[in-house]
Amino acid sequence: MIKIVFFAALREQLDCSELSISTDNIKTVADVKQQLSDKNAHWQQVLNNGSLLSAVNHDMVDVSHAVMSGDEVAFFPPVTGG
Amino acid sequence: MSANISTNVSMNLSTSTPVEIAIQAADFSLADEVALLEQDNLTDGAVVTFTGRVRNQNNGNSVSSLTLEHYPGMTEKALAKIIIQARERWNIGRVKVIHRIGELHIGEQIVFVGVTSKHRHDAFAANEFIMDYLKVKAPFWKKERITLGKNTEGIAEGENSSDTNTREEWLDAKDSDNNKAQTWS
Repeated sequence: MIKIVFFAALREQLDCSELSISTDNIKTVADVKQQLSDKNAHWQQVLNNGSLLSAVNHDMVDVSHAVMSGDEVAFFPPVTGG
Repeated sequence: MSANISTNVSMNLSTSTPVEIAIQAADFSLADEVALLEQDNLTDGAVVTFTGRVRNQNNGNSVSSLTLEHYPGMTEKALAKIIIQARERWNIGRVKVIHRIGELHIGEQIVFVGVTSKHRHDAFAANEFIMDYLKVKAPFWKKERITLGKNTEGIAEGENSSDTNTREEWLDAKDSDNNKAQTWS
């Protein structure tokens, strides 16, 4: 299984803070995003945002990064701390 | 919001230079933090500190409070990486980064970065670098509570129509922060 977490505005737009998906047909972060987008039109619209950032196991990565079973994949908007 | 989440990460990159990262709801004391940076530290002549506070205005809106969310686990890792990068670039001694989370009001302290070094240049530069990278790489998000007064032209149009009301908005990332961080690469 792959754990997926969402933060900030994205978490609110999806009304979801975390979920798990199976590793079937998942090789990269882009595959995870595609599978989530296939849920419905709302998820597709919200996730189809070029400014969204992604992380695998707490490291910021781009969507071509590999994903394996047991990984934690995060999606979130650009950060605004400080 | 969670009132008492507090994470303290202490690590030794080398035995003489403790690095501390704190993500906490609680306020911090500038005087106490400076004292910790200076305590038993006879080699460093420079102590540079930065404190970030909640402003009452942002993008022309009147801000009444902020709520800060973060990604526990990744936040500490991202800050630790930024400090390691600073150590690779400058000859610095002690580093302390504190970032508050939860609800914060106008004038309250949000963030602290303290850096010591033998001479001032390294501490000045490393402190600015750590703040610039924190702004674009550490997973924190601010949600502003904005007060819309009756004199607020344009902004008050739309969903709310009472004389004075508030709304919550996630802050958009600024291009200027990205541009500033890129000046270090």
